Amino acid sequence: MQLQYFLLVAAALFCIGVFGLVTSRNAVRVLMSIELMLNAVNLNLMAFSNYVDPKEIKGQVFTTFIIAIAAAEAAVGLAIVLAIYRNRDTVDMEQFNLLKW
Amino acid sequence: MNLAEGVQIVSFGILAAAVLISALGVVLLKNVVYSAFLLGGSFISMAGLYFLLNADFVAAAQVLVYVGAINVLILFAIMLVNKQEEYVVVKGAGVRQVATALVCLGLFALLGTMVVSTPWAISSVAPAGDGSIVTIGIHFFTDFLLPFELVSVLLLIALVGAIVLARREFVPENLSPSGEDEALMLPERPREMVSSRDDK
Repeated sequence: MQLQYFLLVAAALFCIGVFGLVTSRNAVRVLMSIELMLNAVNLNLMAFSNYVDPKEIKGQVFTTFIIAIAAAEAAVGLAIVLAIYRNRDTVDMEQFNLLKW
Repeated sequence: MNLAEGVQIVSFGILAAAVLISALGVVLLKNVVYSAFLLGGSFISMAGLYFLLNADFVAAAQVLVYVGAINVLILFAIMLVNKQEEYVVVKGAGVRQVATALVCLGLFALLGTMVVSTPWAISSVAPAGDGSIVTIGIHFFTDFLLPFELVSVLLLIALVGAIVLARREFVPENLSPSGEDEALMLPERPREMVSSRDDK
């Protein structure tokens, strides 16, 4: 097993997340894409902690922090989606240009 | 992890394929409910990859937090906002998708070239393995103590903030003198009841 395989999988996952983030129309799907990108970052950190720093495993510590922050982000993001849905009666990202121009 | 090299490679291939295919399904499928369930599958396969990386504690935390909390939260949000709506056609949406796909492919090519061409300083020390949770705990309570406490405060703030954002502010026009207004006792009533009260 090699470090490069894991890094390539993480890079592919990150690119899929970016694609979903930019092209999705549904606001909940945008949040799911953000979770995918956070997972890609986690996989990167875990791979580095296993192959480059196997004694101290600080990467696993950072991954635990990122998991906690992802939970906070999901809660607040979904609350924002609910609030917007209540106000605008849609979850279409193209309609959410209130603060754009 | 005491697995043979061949077993590791085969399981890595299966798990990586599962992660990437379900991630593509999350992004590309039309039905957002299918996307949410595929997201759960992607998280579980990711936990398997963590097991391959000798990280049992983080794999368990991944299953507990991502699949148990975040995915369920997303499913609840989908159930709450799942209106079947026809999206308005936006001019140049196809061009935008193709351009985004090209940019993402270019980004992947760049990252892949960097990953393959960089000489990584691979350590030859035996990984912590089963003792990883002890090491993580030592880190949490010595050199990462401040971030650890900050994360707990952040989770509390996010909890309060999510409640404040998601709860419906509902202030009645005329309060009853006894203070036992029904609207104040039930601030989370659904919208139909609110409108029927206005009709009276």
